[in-house]
Amino acid sequence: MLPHLDAAYNLARWLVGSAQDADDVVQEACLRALEFFDGFRGEDGRAWLLTILRNTCYDWLRRNRRHTQLVAPVEDLSWAADSAPDPEEEQLRLADRETVRRGIEGLPAEYREALVLREFEGMSYKQIARVADVPIGTVMSRLARARRQLMGSLAPAAGKGGVA
Amino acid sequence: MNCRDAERLLGGYLDEELDLAGSLEVEKHARECTVCAASLRRQEAAREAVAAHAPYYSAPAELRLRIEKRAAAHFGVRRRRSRPGRWLALAAACAAAAVLIWRAAPGPGAAGPGDLAREVVDGHVRSLLANHLMDVASSDRHTVKPWFAGKLDFAPEVRDLASDGFTLIGGRLDYLHGRTVAAIVYRRRQHTINVFAWPAHEAERAPRAETRDGFHVESWIRGGMNWWAVSDLNAEELAELARLL
Repeated sequence: MLPHLDAAYNLARWLVGSAQDADDVVQEACLRALEFFDGFRGEDGRAWLLTILRNTCYDWLRRNRRHTQLVAPVEDLSWAADSAPDPEEEQLRLADRETVRRGIEGLPAEYREALVLREFEGMSYKQIARVADVPIGTVMSRLARARRQLMGSLAPAAGKGGVA
Repeated sequence: MNCRDAERLLGGYLDEELDLAGSLEVEKHARECTVCAASLRRQEAAREAVAAHAPYYSAPAELRLRIEKRAAAHFGVRRRRSRPGRWLALAAACAAAAVLIWRAAPGPGAAGPGDLAREVVDGHVRSLLANHLMDVASSDRHTVKPWFAGKLDFAPEVRDLASDGFTLIGGRLDYLHGRTVAAIVYRRRQHTINVFAWPAHEAERAPRAETRDGFHVESWIRGGMNWWAVSDLNAEELAELARLL
């Protein structure tokens, strides 16, 4: 049994959407992993497998033309305006399962991936940077934007950047 | 630090990715600035919502089986094909199997029998691999504790630590140290924590931390019981659980 198979499947499921497609993509990625195994140096097995999985997912998304929104339009990360007692915070805490799921699914793939690796797998920025093949600073800003957008969908008032 | 710097660093602060100086600066700023403090609390709230509600999709058993078969076939084929480098290929296949299949197989330098930490880690990995994490699945300690009472000759304390961020998810029986023990299962974010308990004859002992194959282990003796907690959760949070139990 593959110790990192759940991590791979979870990421695939969040990236490609349906259970059936996740199944296909994970299987394909594992076959690739077997082929590439000689290149594995025995360091971080999870990051290694997730890197392959992630690339397989994007290949799949490209083939299936669903990779429409890679990165959201750049918006300035700015502050929520009011500092009044915070109903949004309460609203965020009360978000239900369905809202959270839809919120994450609504994120652009690169943000979703960073968020899933961080929140589900507890990966460090460095590990995420390795999997996504981007600098650590990019991981940081993707996570920030992912969270900002997610907060916006969980509690509309909380995600709005108010002041410039 | 101004608000713009703080905004940039908030996520890193929450993810514990800042160095000590950076963390202190963010904290100092959040104490002085209500806007940033509110933003910090919102981000925390959003994270909590994700941790509590976002589904984690585990691989279906059927897929797992299919991939295991493919892996077995792959290494079998390679072994036959590469005649000259036969032993090399076999060694590579074994190494591959070790990494892909038994991450927690005893490594070099692992002690022999009597290495309880090793047994504990093996028990933990076994529970995850064999898909046999729980015999009783419940977040209610009033369900889990009586369940043990009917099956063991001792009654381990089962605590509800949800308010401390450790969710009780169930319990099962396991076999360790030559006897049947209670395994109480907690979850923190997506990390599974096995807590093993059985009666102790030794004096009380404060928690001690160890690491095996990347798994963290805490062991202590309290209230006449041996306690062993094991997880891939980071050592600090596991130590926190040891303090709480």
